[in-house]
Amino acid sequence: MSKAWHQTTAVMNFEMRKFFAGRKWFFPVLLAAGPVMLATMLVLFGRQHPPNNSDVTEVFAVLFQTFILRLVIVFGCALVFANLYRGDMVTRTIHFYLLTPIRREVLVGGKYLAGLLTTATLYGGMVAITNILFHSVNGQAVAEGHFFSGPGMSQLFTYVGIAVLACVGYGSVFMLTGFLFKNPAIPAALVVVWESANVFMPAALKKISVVHYLQSITPVPIPFGPFAVITAPASVFVSVAGLAMFTVATLTINALLMRKAEINYSSD
Amino acid sequence: MSGANASPSGRSHQEMSGANASPSGRSHQEMSGANEIVFTDVSKFYGEVLGVNKINLRIGPGITSLVGPNGSGKTTLMNLMTGLIRPTRGDIEVLGTRTGDPETFYRKIGYCPQFDTFPKGVTGFGLISSLLRLHGCSKRDAEDTAGRAIEQVHMTDAAHRRVAGYSKGMRQRIKLALAVAHQPAVLVLDEPLNGLDPMARAESIALFQKLAESGLFVIVSSHILHEVDIISDSVVMMSNGYIVAEGDIQDVREEMSEHPIGILVRCDNPALLARRAFSENHVVEVRIEDDGTGVLVRTRSADQLYMLINRVVLEDKMTIEGVIPIDEDVHSVYSYLIGADGAVRL
Repeated sequence: MSKAWHQTTAVMNFEMRKFFAGRKWFFPVLLAAGPVMLATMLVLFGRQHPPNNSDVTEVFAVLFQTFILRLVIVFGCALVFANLYRGDMVTRTIHFYLLTPIRREVLVGGKYLAGLLTTATLYGGMVAITNILFHSVNGQAVAEGHFFSGPGMSQLFTYVGIAVLACVGYGSVFMLTGFLFKNPAIPAALVVVWESANVFMPAALKKISVVHYLQSITPVPIPFGPFAVITAPASVFVSVAGLAMFTVATLTINALLMRKAEINYSSD
Repeated sequence: MSGANASPSGRSHQEMSGANASPSGRSHQEMSGANEIVFTDVSKFYGEVLGVNKINLRIGPGITSLVGPNGSGKTTLMNLMTGLIRPTRGDIEVLGTRTGDPETFYRKIGYCPQFDTFPKGVTGFGLISSLLRLHGCSKRDAEDTAGRAIEQVHMTDAAHRRVAGYSKGMRQRIKLALAVAHQPAVLVLDEPLNGLDPMARAESIALFQKLAESGLFVIVSSHILHEVDIISDSVVMMSNGYIVAEGDIQDVREEMSEHPIGILVRCDNPALLARRAFSENHVVEVRIEDDGTGVLVRTRSADQLYMLINRVVLEDKMTIEGVIPIDEDVHSVYSYLIGADGAVRL
């Protein structure tokens, strides 16, 4: 194991320890619980008048693209990633890291991966559970047919993959806002507005958003109403490669900022 | 360091236990030679506010104390030394390394800052062992090393309790354990005795002295002047961001040639000594003690007074019970140099 990787895993370990010991997990988990509770209610109360399976698929697609992707994951990532640096500044504990023999870019990488592991597990798991619960409203036989004989399994993995990609992209954005802004809530709200308004934006502006690329690879397209601006979706390759490049660029800026970071808690 | 069982400073414990091996992998002889902490024309401004200005300083092994009132620049100097802030101008070198090379720099330096904050929910042991893993230790090695560091500050019983439940003194000791855990060559301690009870203070001072005797550079800031006086090999006095005096406490005292030194001589014939002392040009004041057992002499030259005392003893068979420099401590030096209002007198 290389030294950098050893240190990266050590940072991840410490971040996870702080995340769970310091009750930072509460609101991100609460957000993840929302869609699961919604799906549970559908299972409990929807069995009396069950919708057909294709309707369930469409309802889930709408829920995923409007609520889960644009609100739950965005806010969840904001809570987790913006706190990775800003939280340590607010609690005046970043110096513990900065006094260790670790390159600052490794520190950024470790913190980012800790956030990604947390959010990808939480929101990827949430998407999987919600999707499975949704499709179990028509009973076990229909659900098995959907997942094992129909398109269900492929859709499930695609949705989970999109959720993970969303964590990758939004995570890097919110980690950067945590560096740049003393109060990351304002940029987080701006990102939510920007990403939500994406469907109404002209084609050129659409491309400057994470959700545009994620939406392009969703398995079930949804209508966004008469005012939506319809553009050609990006290919899977462009979406994934574009997000990866965007994330690397954002993390590089993070690392450069971290290299120049000084401890001046009193002015923070 | 890729070895899973390597020590925090990059050497195995067996290697480090060698008689002349220092934690940073240098012999004590090497460290006491060319290796110093060197500030070259260092200034730090926070916007338009002066932190420190034009600092030129060399610090060698042993205990060096930074003394000065609040806002004098002690913490800024320590933060500069440990790389938590960067100088606006100038250059800082710690044992030949700079902060731009964190992997080498932070193996050599341990810092116990004034910040009394800890990550929420962590235990003292968890904090130290987690951070030791960033030094490259394996999990087991980190836990063993953390245990030893905690033992050094007598916190073993509370090691697995959450830091949030610690008293101020316990938090101070855990910070100290964290600073020494990776066995640095330079230990920087910002007000390390704050919040400690007398027993813990004595133990901490003994620990600093032990570390300094083993060849470490120990830099301590404190406003508890009599403690600085007890533990320091040398002092750096600061005021308003400037160094106003530095060196051995007695050397600093001698720098103030216009300020007479008070020396109390306990003897069997104070009147005789008073008469002889008055005839010397360097003596500015002589006062026989009320109890008649001694004479207080204020002189601009302690050396000349000591010579006079020798002459009186030889020529007049006077018996000396004690010669006590009454204001040769940091507090009086500090008062002379900086004054109660913080204004520099030199």
